[in-house]
Amino acid sequence: MPVNEQRRVLGNRAKPGLSNNSAKRLAKGLGWFSVGLGLTELLAPQAIASISGVSKRRTGLIRLYGLRELASGIAIFSQKKPTEAMWSRVAGDALDLASLGAACTSPDAKVGRITFATVNVLAVTALDVMCAMQLSNGTNRGIHAQGTCIVNSTPEEVYQFWRNFQNLPRFMRHVNSVEELGDGRSHWKVKGPAGMEVEWDATIVADVPNEVITWRTLENSDVDHAGAVRFERATGGRGTIVKVNLEYLPVGGVIGATVAKLFGEEPEQQLDDDLRRLKQVLEVGEVVVSDATLLGTGYMKQRPGQPAGAKELESAEMLPSETATDYRSEGRTV
Amino acid sequence: MRANCWYGKTSLSVEEVPDPQILNQRDAIVKISSTAICGSDLHLYNGLIPTMQRGDILGHEFMGEVVEVGREVTNLKIGDRVVVPFPIACGNCFFCKEEMFSLCENSNPNAWMAEKMFGHACAGLFGYSHLTGGYAGGQAEYARVPFADVGPIKVPNHLSDEQVLFLSDIFPTGYMGAEMCDIQPGDTIAIWGCGPVGQFSIRSAFLLGAERVIAIDAVPERLQMAEQGGAETINYEEQNVYEALMEMTGGRGPDACIDDVGMEAHGPAGIFAYDRVKQAMMLETDRPHALREAIMCCRNGGTISVIGVYGGFIDKFPIGSVMQRSLTIKTGQAHVQRYMRPLLEMIENGDIDPTFVITHRMSLDDAPRAYDMFKNKQDNCIKVVLKPDWKENGNGAAKDDSYSVIH
Repeated sequence: MPVNEQRRVLGNRAKPGLSNNSAKRLAKGLGWFSVGLGLTELLAPQAIASISGVSKRRTGLIRLYGLRELASGIAIFSQKKPTEAMWSRVAGDALDLASLGAACTSPDAKVGRITFATVNVLAVTALDVMCAMQLSNGTNRGIHAQGTCIVNSTPEEVYQFWRNFQNLPRFMRHVNSVEELGDGRSHWKVKGPAGMEVEWDATIVADVPNEVITWRTLENSDVDHAGAVRFERATGGRGTIVKVNLEYLPVGGVIGATVAKLFGEEPEQQLDDDLRRLKQVLEVGEVVVSDATLLGTGYMKQRPGQPAGAKELESAEMLPSETATDYRSEGRTV
Repeated sequence: MRANCWYGKTSLSVEEVPDPQILNQRDAIVKISSTAICGSDLHLYNGLIPTMQRGDILGHEFMGEVVEVGREVTNLKIGDRVVVPFPIACGNCFFCKEEMFSLCENSNPNAWMAEKMFGHACAGLFGYSHLTGGYAGGQAEYARVPFADVGPIKVPNHLSDEQVLFLSDIFPTGYMGAEMCDIQPGDTIAIWGCGPVGQFSIRSAFLLGAERVIAIDAVPERLQMAEQGGAETINYEEQNVYEALMEMTGGRGPDACIDDVGMEAHGPAGIFAYDRVKQAMMLETDRPHALREAIMCCRNGGTISVIGVYGGFIDKFPIGSVMQRSLTIKTGQAHVQRYMRPLLEMIENGDIDPTFVITHRMSLDDAPRAYDMFKNKQDNCIKVVLKPDWKENGNGAAKDDSYSVIH
């Protein structure tokens, strides 16, 4: 099992520093810190004022900051990946620092204590910034998606289907065609916005029959794309669990960025839809369409649940190719 | 073709839309001869089900004649007379293999919407919002029926439309409600709601061996129909349901309770107002009065069968009563495909004649008026059958106001 190869393709491409997971763990820790500090500010503002050396008349403001801390904490715990919540903590730190600066001008300020408090806040700010940047890195550096589905076929069958790359356009909505060039290489044509088509060459990195396939684009491609699919036997002979990881890095300027946009704002949603279609193709023979989803399954793509007219059918991109040819060649009526 | 389209809360319009086409190779096109309005259609009519879109065709209880089949449909041929089950099911996935057809994993292309709402998706349904797939419904002249090789059942010509139409939903649904009670000889079954599904639950409970059925509602003609089916009745506007049931069962409570009401329950004024206000404020989506009461009334160790439709969230759920008293809750959209053949046999054997529930027959063009009448229980309306060609063939000559009332 070429695990190292796999890691090289799909592993952590982030810059040296925190891994995404440790950033999430750190965020959780900072979340607890927020909750603790927030509660103390809310319930014992006098004590906070005394420790940080600011005027006791500021307890109202300290209580407000306590609420803010609590909100940040809750936001961190309610997000799977708390990027925004972490940046909200950074903003809060800035506010704390500004307030501490302003507090120095107060006649009853204790500058020594304020300095001590400021040093502490600065230390926390550094942690917050590091954590927030790391979490943001993950989103800005490219598009990652992972998805899974369970299919009523054996790992052997699902692997065979996937390994024949020409099958991929049958369920991957954005992929127009994949041509196998031999030697593990393949040529991909992918839908772009406004009818544009983007092309690249990819090569298989790892291929363990019935277990895993990983691929990535060739060095000179405009798009830095890598993917992996794993096939695991489900318990009790209940089919195969398919797990997919995709990564698109917009290294090639405009074209790369365009390709990144292909996946829209919710790449995992797109991947989930593709995997649902994979399941449909393998289990029922073709992609299943309803009246509402002839143009796509997204919320904005929905059309009314009533039959489409001939014109609409001609351009209905969700139609399985078997039927689409019927409508595009001559049109037909009941 | 003409079809009954949804345009918002209590706003329907029968209008001309394109004819359906074969879109998947396992589709059939059915020319509809009879279609019905379901109690659950009223949830759509009342705007309580999210993800509806203007122009959606309603209707999931229909039958008719096969006029076209896709390449992969080998069991049906043009001219076959079929009843179509309301859940759309592929027959190949894990749940279809387990005969849990309303949980089909492949028939709902909008599964992601249902996942957001329910955590997991369920099968596609005809004419029942976009989160169940966004399929055009059957209150129309024609319908596209996906997985026609799995769902539709051929019906013999000696049975009339009205005898077999309800195999599409309310008979299997009412039957499954009773079946989930795991009825043992000597059991007493209490049934909340004497609408069409409740009526079938009453009769199914007896068919499954219940000794006593107690039906609860407040609409006189519905209670009367329940009594005709052999049930004792409680009018919740006149009696305290809990006290009445305890009195009838020596304080032990019914062995199983069926909720044939669902998300738009009526009940004593105070509780109704409480739930109605919360529903209006979107603090809960469903009014679960019947379910709460069924739980409190059920005997220790008994079963609660929830077959009435719920769509979202409720509060004040008496989980303590369920846990402390070893209750079992069973529920689900009916797995209609599982029941069609055995229930068709019961109809053929004369064990049951489903036509008893029909009170009105109207033209498809009158659908908006029929909904209004059904919702407001006007003219003793219990079940409406719509026929696209009602005027032309004049089967049972319509009255001057174009519908007839049978009692």
